[in-house]
Amino acid sequence: MAEKRTYELVFIVDPEVAEDEVMKLSEGVQKIITGQGGSITKTEMMGKRQLAYEINHKKDGSYVLLEVEGSGAEIAEVERRMRVNDQILRYMTIRVDEDRRRAQKLKDRRARKAAKQPGSGKSKAGAAQFISDEEELAG
Amino acid sequence: MSTNYEDRDFGFEREYDRTMPRGPRRMQRRKICRFCIEKVDLIDFKDVKLLQSYVPERGKILPRRISGVCAAHQRMLAEAIKRARNIALLPYAAD
Repeated sequence: MAEKRTYELVFIVDPEVAEDEVMKLSEGVQKIITGQGGSITKTEMMGKRQLAYEINHKKDGSYVLLEVEGSGAEIAEVERRMRVNDQILRYMTIRVDEDRRRAQKLKDRRARKAAKQPGSGKSKAGAAQFISDEEELAG
Repeated sequence: MSTNYEDRDFGFEREYDRTMPRGPRRMQRRKICRFCIEKVDLIDFKDVKLLQSYVPERGKILPRRISGVCAAHQRMLAEAIKRARNIALLPYAAD
């Protein structure tokens, strides 16, 4: 319930919007999030880059990346606002805490295995471990 | 790197032939997963350079029978590519 979730929020702003305007837009988004009880752990202006395909007849856009921590309610609010803002060409939110936890688990397991059998029969042990890792992931 | 795998025939007969090697270059070395070697646990959708090497010109995701990526990593890779497509970092289809 009171569990904290981590999200990555990426949005693309219209290329005609000036850079300081983009900055302001990003600050506005951050204010909404903090107002809803979330917190921002990372902000990154990825700058203007070419889109892989046209969106609303635009060939490029400014990318902004935010990392948000919170319950999920603030994401709903931010997405609602972005939907009606036509300066924002596209947005995407991805929950990352679960994936990161899983990655950490795999890393820990690998570290444990490496500690258990230090270096003996290196290639064989490595291959066996790789197979068991893959099976566990699949299962 | 740009394998034109779409033009090649991967029909049933060809598949069958592979089990009994004839000719000198029939047997291909088993490819191994690059991500397993580098011990990658998470594939980021923002890493366009990396993802691009698994997306040939046409824009399709490279099948793992060609790239040799293991099943677990192929799943992660596919997810990352689809996310990158959503925010226009990669094309859905290129002409």
